[in-house]
Amino acid sequence: MIPLAFLGLDITWDSTLRNVILGSMILGLTSGVLGSFAVLRRQSLIGDALAHAALPGICIMFMITGTRSSELLLLGGALSGLVGTAVLIAITRWSVVKQETALGLVLSVFFGFGILLLTRIQQGGDSAQSGLDRFIFGQAATILPRDVVVMGVVAAIVLGIVGLLFKELKLITFDPAFAASIGMRPDLLGVILAGLLVLTVMIGLQTVGVILMVSLLIAPAVAARQWTTSLAGMVILSGVFGMVSGVAGSVASSLIDRLPTGPMIVIAASVIVIVSLLFAPGRGVLSTYQVRRSRARQFRAELALTDHHGVSRP
Amino acid sequence: MSQATVSRQFASPLSTESVIAVRDLTVAYNESPVLWDVDLDIEPGKATAIVGPNGAGKSTLLKAILGLVPIAAGATRVYGSHLNTVRNRVAYIPQRGSVDWDFPTNALDVVTMGRYGRIGWFRQPGKADRAIAEECLEKVGMGQLAKRQISQLSGGQQQRVFLARALAQEADLYLMDEPFAGVDAVTERAIVQLLHDVRDAGNTVVAVHHDLESVKEYFDNVVLLNVRLIDSGPVSEVFTEENLWRTYHAPSDPIGADGMSLGQRSGSEMMPARAMLK
Repeated sequence: MIPLAFLGLDITWDSTLRNVILGSMILGLTSGVLGSFAVLRRQSLIGDALAHAALPGICIMFMITGTRSSELLLLGGALSGLVGTAVLIAITRWSVVKQETALGLVLSVFFGFGILLLTRIQQGGDSAQSGLDRFIFGQAATILPRDVVVMGVVAAIVLGIVGLLFKELKLITFDPAFAASIGMRPDLLGVILAGLLVLTVMIGLQTVGVILMVSLLIAPAVAARQWTTSLAGMVILSGVFGMVSGVAGSVASSLIDRLPTGPMIVIAASVIVIVSLLFAPGRGVLSTYQVRRSRARQFRAELALTDHHGVSRP
Repeated sequence: MSQATVSRQFASPLSTESVIAVRDLTVAYNESPVLWDVDLDIEPGKATAIVGPNGAGKSTLLKAILGLVPIAAGATRVYGSHLNTVRNRVAYIPQRGSVDWDFPTNALDVVTMGRYGRIGWFRQPGKADRAIAEECLEKVGMGQLAKRQISQLSGGQQQRVFLARALAQEADLYLMDEPFAGVDAVTERAIVQLLHDVRDAGNTVVAVHHDLESVKEYFDNVVLLNVRLIDSGPVSEVFTEENLWRTYHAPSDPIGADGMSLGQRSGSEMMPARAMLK
């Protein structure tokens, strides 16, 4: 209540909102950090395929166990997400199909299968199924205190591994051939990174859902790249941007009735991206435009000067 | 591969002097081989150029020695051992175009990456590593640009950063993939000077090289490659009209799987060869 009241916002600070804000912060931080690597490795869409591929796993886990517990359902999601990633890697490596095509294939086939299962479950009339579609667009209000704890633990594991392997992850992202030449294992580290991406996506499924998850991987990282000159700086700022988006989206959706949290978080992140792309010093649209103009002005001045002195130009 | 096969392959005359020993090396990415049955020894303390037309397998030869590409047949040894046991003695300079130079980092940080192989897992580079990296940047004349974003460096400066990273590895053997590609004349002279300094300090340099004109001036030895090994040895003995003709005109594909005619294979690569033969 305290910080929000300070801002003069009329907001009911209840335990649900607290859970939503905490959960969104954890999600924003983790996806911001992991997203930095995914974006720099040009693999952000793998996160998208992976998120979509989680849906059938969630449904199958429900059909087997009949559970409503998020942990079990997300475990199912993680497993089918991993299967999706494995299929993706297999298609790319063993067939002539290019990666972006394979991404589209895996994404649509797995998601389509997930929707099929979901429809079957909903027609079954089982009362416990009512919340299963929350994983499509996310439904942050369903986050329980226990879920926040699970999210926190998973996030701590993910961030801890990134911290431990920072030097290695940096090198395989910048120059995998050189990394391999000094005895690092870019392939193995790539698999570890994919595993961390799976965990991150699982944190986000309940809040933003399988469809919008990818934007939380891409948006904070793209925005952070605009303002930073080192990988560590980018990773940290991206995590901060993710957290800010999480809090802003949660608060906004609680201020205005019936605004969904997940999409609000994504919109908040998109605003940060737009501002960063336009106004960041050095890399922003405005900044590059100014540099180009001042250069042109300088050249014109030099030209005028040489003409004035009657110096013939080559 | 069984132990017996390896020892049989290396039972063939193998100079104990050689830094790199390649035996029966065959590499194939798809159906047609990129390297076919290559036998090669690299002499220590010399600068060796790997020369041949596009698609001759020059880069692949370096990568095979470094274990970066799967080997279909044959074997390679570095300092008489498997590469894994001598990695810290080998520095690799990939092609400049193989990385994304918009990566968020500065020149000094890239050079510090040359220390990663010695730092080991989980640990971050320390002050001593940074000091070595700074020293190496100075050696390539880039001391002033240590904090410059790598995206803002010219092509020649980027190549020097890669060289400095290799120097930071404090290796004995330097494998360079086209160090002179797309650099300005000043950088080219600086790189040649550095290459000779490294060699004169007793190290071995192997570089994929494209410009036939400068082979005699820059290198001691030459490897002529066109999928098969054409010849290798001192420039004065091996770099002959006849050998160049064979390198740039010989049927490169031993089994003709790629269906390319001789003329197609040679193409623009014939120009430098002709210039040399005048």
